[in-house]
Parts: sequence; structure tokens; C-alpha cells
Amino acid sequence: MSAREEVLGRIRAANAAAGHPAPPTVPRDYHREGTHPAGAPELLDLFRDRLVDYKATVLDAPADGVAEAVRTALADATGNVVVPPGLPDGWWPDGLAASRLTDDRLSPAELDTAAAVLTGCASACATTGTIALDGSPDQGRRAITLVPDVHVCVVRAEQVVQTVPEMLAALEPTRPITFVSGPSATSDIELERVEGVHGPRTLIVVLVA
Amino acid sequence: MTTFLGIPAPRGVGHLRGEHSFPDAARGALADSQLRRNLGHATRTIRGKRANVVGELDDWEQLRLAGSALKAATMARLDEHLERLEREVTARGGTVHWARDANEANAIVTRLVQETGASEVVKVKSMATQEIGLNEALEAAGIEAHETDLAELIVQLGGDLPSHILVPAIHRNRAEIREIFLREMPGVDPELTAEPRRLAMAARAHLRERFLRAKVAISGANFAVADTGTLLVVESEGNGRMCLTLPETLITVMGIEKIVPTWQDLEVFLQLLPRSSTGERMNPYTSAWTGVTPGDGPQAFHLVLLDNGRTAVLGDELGRSALHCIKCSACLNVCPVYERTGGHAYGSVYPGPIGAVLSPQLTGVEDNASLPYASSLCGACFDACPVRIDIPSLLVRLRAQHVDEQRKRRVPSAEAIAMAAASWVMSSPRRFAAAEKASRAGRLLGRRTGRIRTLPPPLSAWTASRDVPRPPAETFREWWARERGGAG
Ligand code: SF4
Repeated sequence: MSAREEVLGRIRAANAAAGHPAPPTVPRDYHREGTHPAGAPELLDLFRDRLVDYKATVLDAPADGVAEAVRTALADATGNVVVPPGLPDGWWPDGLAASRLTDDRLSPAELDTAAAVLTGCASACATTGTIALDGSPDQGRRAITLVPDVHVCVVRAEQVVQTVPEMLAALEPTRPITFVSGPSATSDIELERVEGVHGPRTLIVVLVA
Repeated sequence: MTTFLGIPAPRGVGHLRGEHSFPDAARGALADSQLRRNLGHATRTIRGKRANVVGELDDWEQLRLAGSALKAATMARLDEHLERLEREVTARGGTVHWARDANEANAIVTRLVQETGASEVVKVKSMATQEIGLNEALEAAGIEAHETDLAELIVQLGGDLPSHILVPAIHRNRAEIREIFLREMPGVDPELTAEPRRLAMAARAHLRERFLRAKVAISGANFAVADTGTLLVVESEGNGRMCLTLPETLITVMGIEKIVPTWQDLEVFLQLLPRSSTGERMNPYTSAWTGVTPGDGPQAFHLVLLDNGRTAVLGDELGRSALHCIKCSACLNVCPVYERTGGHAYGSVYPGPIGAVLSPQLTGVEDNASLPYASSLCGACFDACPVRIDIPSLLVRLRAQHVDEQRKRRVPSAEAIAMAAASWVMSSPRRFAAAEKASRAGRLLGRRTGRIRTLPPPLSAWTASRDVPRPPAETFREWWARERGGAG
């Protein structure tokens, strides 16, 4: 018998031995929806608080001021700043010291020499301070937001929802998804939090409202 | 009524059985004051953080009830969910393998690595691969496995074993970690200080180049979504993302119980897990992937579905709820026994209260016979458990099961002898009085902490695995005799 048939057979025998327990109804009376609609000012305040609590930096920008905020975020960057192939027009600031490098299957070593990466996001959750990336053209491959040391992420107000269930519902599960809550961190040494181990050590969120 | 006994995890491979019984293994830990300080500090810190973030949610109890029901519902249809998962992963370019036990899983993974031609792999911390002893199996085949989680790296470089589910190096303090890095990390800065930031940066530099050159990665999974074929890994440092996205080949080993039916179900577990484990609202990184995505991440993906005793646990009407565990480690951090002994005493990769029930269930209770006794049954673990596993009741039940098996067997185990000795003493007033008096000798030992660690024989056999309160200066019988003037 194949391992597959045997394991499945054991599961059926086990469920029979346990008396074929009927699946209970799952109570879903926890908060599935927030009390504020996506992008509400209260949510943006909460989102900002959570991000700052994680040691991320938040820059506020009006809809036509993204490039200005990005310029501030990348003021110290030198060398290359990686961008996804579908970076929206108008996000890249002119006259930066760093140069724009569009990802076209850059190798891990090439990404390692980049100073920063600039992307959008797919959704965000205020309660947990989480940004979700799903590989869309304005976000790019998972590797580009991982290897460079600085991640600048543009979040539009209407992408910010209140609860985890709302954020998950906004995503297409079969895309490659990365949830980011603050920069990389470890608490493995005496439970003392240290920001920045393998992922980007700096996360800068440009919040567009 | 249980008729299905299942097939326990095989002996001689993996890390589900210790060399010593819990009381023997715990004795060393109890005497190690540095260890107790490290553990006490760490568990106190996590307990405080967890309480804060759990307190922020006014629907925590509803989430726990949902999590518990979701797990029970999943187990009731486990075969169907696994078949669905297999279909979805395969349809999206992944390959699914089934492993009856640790040996079979190790052989599958070793073969898959060999087929890529690689002689080294990077690993993201995984309970399942520790359980089956995968690193040892790979080493025997000439493949070097690099652990990339900071704590796992500390444990691996220290030639040590993990002692906590979530914080495997919880038993080490910064000075000890600095020593390990200076000794074992090639090219490390000899000026390295014991500051956690400096130590973490040393690990970053040490692992960076390995990540960038790695061709094959091995991971576990926190969750798998049946109806989409999506796998998830929850982590903090980004070493998980490195392993899951940079190499060409990804091999994931997952216990069959880690499945959830739908994407929506994650809305419950992604709230319960981070708050219960690290005491954060959300962990820094969670990766979700489904099969292979052209142009993004590994272009070869293998999923190994592992039984290794799990179906034997599933066959037990009451014990099966131990499979609901999402390995958050909240029960470890609140357990007074764990806080004193640390994880090594449990002899299994699964320490603490959940380990005390899960390990004997996976191996058969005779192979981990002392673990069900390694608890004070105070109930703190049940209150902390995000999926409401009733660990104290499971412990009591396993004790009963063990005693039953001893009766059939006729060759009593150490635990049975200890329990028998205790009942022999307690069943005779004269013997009990003598033992009570003798136990007062222990007061001198217990003066500082108010607890004593052992009693004179024969009670020592019973108390070896737990602290008992200091006995009073006068026994009840003596007090009765003095106050009431009668003979004892
Ligand atoms: S038994 Fe519950 S508290 Fe303990 S690790 Fe598992 S899920 Fe967490």
C-alpha cells in the first residue's frame, strides 16, 4: 500500500475509533468587521500608532505629494533603489542621489547591493499595524522587499482596514503574499527586542490621505 | 471506547524520547541556578507581554471558542481536507509526498535534496523537522543543514538542544551566547560584546552569505489551507522569508494536523497565534505561498505530509484534542513546572504542558511514562491555551492509561513503583507518621525558598519530579496528640 493510502486509511480508522465525531458548528461571533470604514481618520491614527510602536517610520502625504514624501524617505540613500516593474507614475522623485533600478530578475547578490526598495501594497490592517504585499506589479517579487536594507512602502488610506478578517478578505490567497508588521526583529536573546536581523532593518511607510 | 491503537512514532529516530525519565532529567536543571534565572526572567517577560496584548481584544474568548471549534471540525474531516490540499498544491505546480513516519520523511527529504545536487541546505526553524531528526539524517547523507533562526543557530552552534518551542535558546543568557559565537562563528569580530544588538548583527553577517548562495531550503509550516493549497510560515526575523523565496527548491515538512479548511479560517488563527506566543499584535513577517509562482520564489516546491504517530493520537476520543495545538508555547510560559526545569527535562522537542501530553501520545505512553506526572495540574495551561486544549484533564487521563498498562504488564515502571511506594506509606498510619517525621529533616533544606526539592525515601521517589511545600514544624498527628492529649 502506498504511504498516501496508508495514512488516509489510518485517519479514517482513527476517526471511526473516536466515534466519528461530528464537526461542530464554528461560532463566528468575534469581530469580523471593524467599527470604522476603510480609510477612516480613526483607523489611520491607529495604524500610525501601531507602526511607530514597531519602530517603523510613518510619513504622511497628500495624494499629489507621494514623490515628495519618497524623496524625504530616500534622502540618505546612495547607489541603487530597486523598484517593481509596475511602479505607479508620479511616485519616483526627481533629483535623488540614488538611481532607480527596475527589477528584472535581479539576482540575490544584486539585490544585496541595493540601498533600498520602493513599493506599494495590497492591503493594510490598522489594529495590528500590518501591511500585506501580494506580488502585484506595484509590489513586485517577494525577494525585492526582503534583501535591501530599507523598505519604503506607499499605503493609500482606502487600503487601510480595521480588522485582520477584513484584511484577509481583501486578498487573493493564491498569490504569493507577505504580511509585514514593522521591520525585521528578534527577541531571541533574553527576550530583548532587536530590530533588524535578516529582513530590512528600516521600514518607512508613506501614508497617502 | 478506543479500539484503534494506531502506530506510534518509531523508536531510534528523531527527538520525541529522552534518555532519562523526567524526574532524573529535571534534577540537574533544578540544581542549575543560572538556568533557573534565565528561565524565570524569560517566562516572566513573555507572560507580561502576552497579558497586555490579549487584554486589548474584547473578543478574545470568542476567538478561542472559534479556534477550538475550527480545529475539532477540521479533525473530523481530516482525510478530505488533506486530499483537497494535495489536489490544490499539485494543480499549482507543487509535488506532495506522504510519510508514514520519521524514517520515511527523512528518506524523502534526503532524496529530494540529493536530486538537486546540493550538499547544503538552509532551514527555517520547524518543530516537525526537529521531531523527526532531519538534520541528523541529512548529515548522515553528507548534507549540511544550516539553521537560520537566531535561537536555533545559537542552539546548533552550541551543540545543544532547543528547550522552548518558540524561544529555543531561552536557557542561554547573553554572556553564554557571546561565548558560543566567539568559539563557533568563523571570522567573528573578537571584540564582540554581549549586547543583544551586537550579537544579532553578528548572526546577520554570518548567515547573509549562506542565504544568498542557497539552492535548497527546508521549512515547516504553521498552517496549510485545504481549499486553496496555500502554505503559511509565521516568523519574526526574515530568515523564513529568505528561505522561502531565495532558493530554487523549497521542501516543506508538515504534520498532517496543521491544516485548516479555508482561507477565512486564518482570520482566527492569525489573531490567536502571535498574541499567545510572542505577545505581539502581529509577528513581523508571515509568508503565504501556493504551489509555484512563475518568476517569484522557488520554482520547485515539495510538500511532505507527516503522520509519525499523529493518527494514533487522532484515534483517541479525548486525547485527540492535543492535535489542535498551534505551537504557540503560551502553556510553557505559565507552567510552574516548566519554569523551574526548562525544556530539556521533558526529553522531547515538545516540552512543557503540551509536550507532557503530546509526546507520550505520539510515542505510546510507555516510552514517555513519566511525562504525564510532570505537572502540578494547576490549570494555568488551559487558561492560557488559545485553542482551549484541556491539558490537565488529558494529563490525568494519560496517568490512568499508564497505570492500566502497568497492571497488564506486571513489570512495573519507575513511576508505578514510586506511586506504589507513596501509597504503601500513606496506607498505614504508623508508616505515614514515621515518614512525616522523617520529612521534617527536609525543612532545613527548604528554609530559604519555602519549598524543598526532595523528601527522604520512600517519598523521595514520588517527590523527585515536583517541589512540595515545606512540611510544618509539627505534624498534624503531633498537634492532635498534644492538643487533645490522646495517644496518636
Ligand atoms: S497547547 Fe495550547 S497553549 Fe500550549 S502550545 Fe499548544 S496551542 Fe499553545
